[in-house]
Amino acid sequence: MPLLRHLYFLACLALIAASLAQPAMAQDDPFAGLAGDSFDDIRHGIETLATSGAPTAAAVIAALQEGNLYSGPDAALFIKTDDGWLDARTGKPATEVAEDALSPVKMNNGVRRAAEAAMGSLELYSPDAAIRRHAAEAVLKSRDPAALEGLTRALAKESDAGVRRIMEQARASALLATPETTEAERLAAVATLRARGDLDARAMLASLTAQPPAVAEAAATAVIAIDRMLQLWGLAQGVFYGLSLGSVLLLAAAGLAITFGVMGVINMAHGEMVMLGAYTTFVVQDVIKSHAPYLFEASLFIAVPLAFLVAGAVGIAVERCMLRFLYGRPLETLLATWGLSLAMQQTVRSTFGASNREVSTPQWMSGATQWGGITITYNRLVIIVFAALVVAALMAALRYTALGLRMRAVTQNRRMAAAMGIRTPWVDALTFGLGSGVAGMAGVALSQIDNVSPNLGQGYIIDSFMVVVFGGVGNLWGTVVSALTLGTVNKFLEPLAGAVLGKITVLVLLILFIQRKPRGMFPIKGRAVES
Amino acid sequence: MASFRNWLRGTGLAAAAAAALLTGAHDAQAQATIKVGILHSLSGTMAISETTLKDVMLMLIEEQNKKGGVLGKKLEAVVVDPASNWPLFAEKARQLITVDKVAAVFGCWTSVSRKSVLPVFEELNSILFYPVQYEGEESSKNVFYTGAAPNQQAIPAVDYLAKEEKVQRWVLAGTDYVYPRTTNKILEAYLKSKGVKDEDIMINYTPFGHSDWQNIVASIKKFGTAGKKTAVVSTINGDANVPFYKELGNQGVKATDIPVVAFSVGEEELAGIDTKPLLGHLAAWNYFQSVKSADNTAFIAKWKAFTKNQKRVTNDPMEAHVIGFAMWIKAIEKAGTTDPKAVIEAMIGISVPNLTGGYSAMMPNHHITKPVLIGEVKADGQFNVVWQTKGTVVANEWSPYLEGSKDLIADWRSPLSCGNFNVKTGKCGGASK
Repeated sequence: MPLLRHLYFLACLALIAASLAQPAMAQDDPFAGLAGDSFDDIRHGIETLATSGAPTAAAVIAALQEGNLYSGPDAALFIKTDDGWLDARTGKPATEVAEDALSPVKMNNGVRRAAEAAMGSLELYSPDAAIRRHAAEAVLKSRDPAALEGLTRALAKESDAGVRRIMEQARASALLATPETTEAERLAAVATLRARGDLDARAMLASLTAQPPAVAEAAATAVIAIDRMLQLWGLAQGVFYGLSLGSVLLLAAAGLAITFGVMGVINMAHGEMVMLGAYTTFVVQDVIKSHAPYLFEASLFIAVPLAFLVAGAVGIAVERCMLRFLYGRPLETLLATWGLSLAMQQTVRSTFGASNREVSTPQWMSGATQWGGITITYNRLVIIVFAALVVAALMAALRYTALGLRMRAVTQNRRMAAAMGIRTPWVDALTFGLGSGVAGMAGVALSQIDNVSPNLGQGYIIDSFMVVVFGGVGNLWGTVVSALTLGTVNKFLEPLAGAVLGKITVLVLLILFIQRKPRGMFPIKGRAVES
Repeated sequence: MASFRNWLRGTGLAAAAAAALLTGAHDAQAQATIKVGILHSLSGTMAISETTLKDVMLMLIEEQNKKGGVLGKKLEAVVVDPASNWPLFAEKARQLITVDKVAAVFGCWTSVSRKSVLPVFEELNSILFYPVQYEGEESSKNVFYTGAAPNQQAIPAVDYLAKEEKVQRWVLAGTDYVYPRTTNKILEAYLKSKGVKDEDIMINYTPFGHSDWQNIVASIKKFGTAGKKTAVVSTINGDANVPFYKELGNQGVKATDIPVVAFSVGEEELAGIDTKPLLGHLAAWNYFQSVKSADNTAFIAKWKAFTKNQKRVTNDPMEAHVIGFAMWIKAIEKAGTTDPKAVIEAMIGISVPNLTGGYSAMMPNHHITKPVLIGEVKADGQFNVVWQTKGTVVANEWSPYLEGSKDLIADWRSPLSCGNFNVKTGKCGGASK
């Protein structure tokens, strides 16, 4: 009996020893952790690798982030490069790699977070200020007490004032997470974060736990102060959102302001012209990707004129083959163009397929910049500028070109214009082509923020008519003011009432307004209107 | 040119259908073949998702015919286009059953289209296979639900986030219609039962096709700064997803900060987006194209060959049709007839291999057992499976977290044979007041 108990005891000891030995081994060799099977092992591997001082650490973690780190049997680890495989342990080229047995090291968000924080601590000493700034931001987010030492060393060497400030903020966040920090240091850290004053700082201050009462109180007041600041910035941000939505509406409606506003054609296929522009962008990018990848960043500049030509040509064809027989019969025009829109959608669907096509955003249009407390996304900014340019060009074309003069003449008094020798049917065709072409250019812009699918146009047709009618039919300035007004009102209502109710409210307000002023905000006056 | 030919074929089909309608010639043909109705929108807003399902059904039928059909007869597909128009779904369903005399119908995507055809299938006692994940709270004798119920998708996803990502604050964002509203109601009740406070849940609805997400994404960012880990549970449907994810990418909302888990975004939807900024955002499904299994590899190869397009992707509702179709064939063989009454009885208990390497079985509540998988978006638009259930999960068609539905069960075996049996009152017919 005692013998049995002894044996049992020994067996237990052996088991415990075995279970202790395994993690100990992984701890000694971070590479074994990285080649491990579970996400916890991999995360642990990253953390130990970052602090191990191994010369290949930065390269290995960077490869992991890019998805180029592969593991194989017996904890083998390789980095995949364009010229072949590198052994992750030595950084030397590896020969005789059994590629079939390798698989990429698994990633999940936990692993990704650990890799970002590790890269941050490794890159604090990079010669490039931009990389140091990025690294300091990563450490700031990780709030890792282990990074404190590295930050202090990096701070002593840092010369760039901007990077220095972020490093100090990162140090403050790490200090607050370290148990040994004194109360005075903590209060100073809270003040540093409060001075940062953005959403990240707010999140950090709001999540402080286990702090002395004075620090907790300081953090709470800092959160309130930041909130107040952000609220003010929120107003400015709302204006930007409104401008941005307004510019999208303006782009969609500018073409309609010509075809409907100037010519009086109720063109239900207007949205499909926009869609054609978006598909032109897709085709341009597709051709560039397969034939001239170096042109990709300029793809949109190529797409804009092409979209104008494609949609414009379709517009002229539609006018010549269909609309000219229907002038003066608005109901039939409405039905015919509605049918045309369905036919165009289905044609595109059977040519390109029913699913969305991928239109990529060039690098210079991706991402955002922080301007005070406002986030400005580049793609929206570009669209605002583009909308302004399109409208300016359109106005100049109407005002200063011979075609513009004829267009105005024909719409003001058709018979008089004809008597002066203007070929009114051709002016009609070109006017419709111009309106459609502008819609095509809008499609290039919309391809950057919306789906490129056969249904793209449907989402904008109602809004476009709304903008034109609200602004006053036949008045381009009215369209501009109306688009920006509707955009801003919509964006300020949305947070208050929710997206669905916001949209309904705008519609109701619009109907009430049209009841009072049936001709819109800026009606055209004069005898031409009366007739 | 190819499109023109397609178009010609389309009109040819329509003309043939019309001719059959007029002459009654289908009667003679019905002897020789078994007809299968395919009720998926090929035009309108839902064509983006449903066209693929029509193609997969055509492929499955062709494949079955190569094996010699079923009961010695060839199968014949009858394709109709309900054009994303909900009342038209009911009309087309009636036409398929009464005029074309199909043995079963595979179709519908949105819940509203399913609700629209439901009375038709019940009245004419025919069979519908519904392949899409949905909100539950339903069980019909004539419908076999091969998509996921909320407990086979939404609830495991929330559990995963709470456990693995330590999420404590939740944004429930959805499109404004029945599926997101019901799912969010269930999730809200579930989260509250787990001790999540009111102020830690934000619910947001947007209209169909919403394209300007700027201040909603900004408010999500702000909601995420309360110092607790935050995640977004997205039931945003259809076209609104692309602008939503683009805005997330542009405003720099990374998965490592605020992960988004989606229930309606699969491989097909990601095909229209540049996925690099979305790395690590999640989706919960019962199948991913990236799942490694022999059946799945074979299926993907067949699909690419059938569509003659190496870039075509597969997705979860396609797998649901694969399972549903295999079950239907097995049930016909078991019953020895295509008569709906016999087939409906034969369906329960049938088990077929799914594409993730296991078996799915038809349960008495007319839902199937499924594994639940959580995947993270990869740079190539595919998903990397980061978690999955050990075995398969049985569907709770009536959610245990909702008042009024928690006492209900569905069991279509006799003698119970009821879709909403109340265990409290012991009566068939829903919740008691």
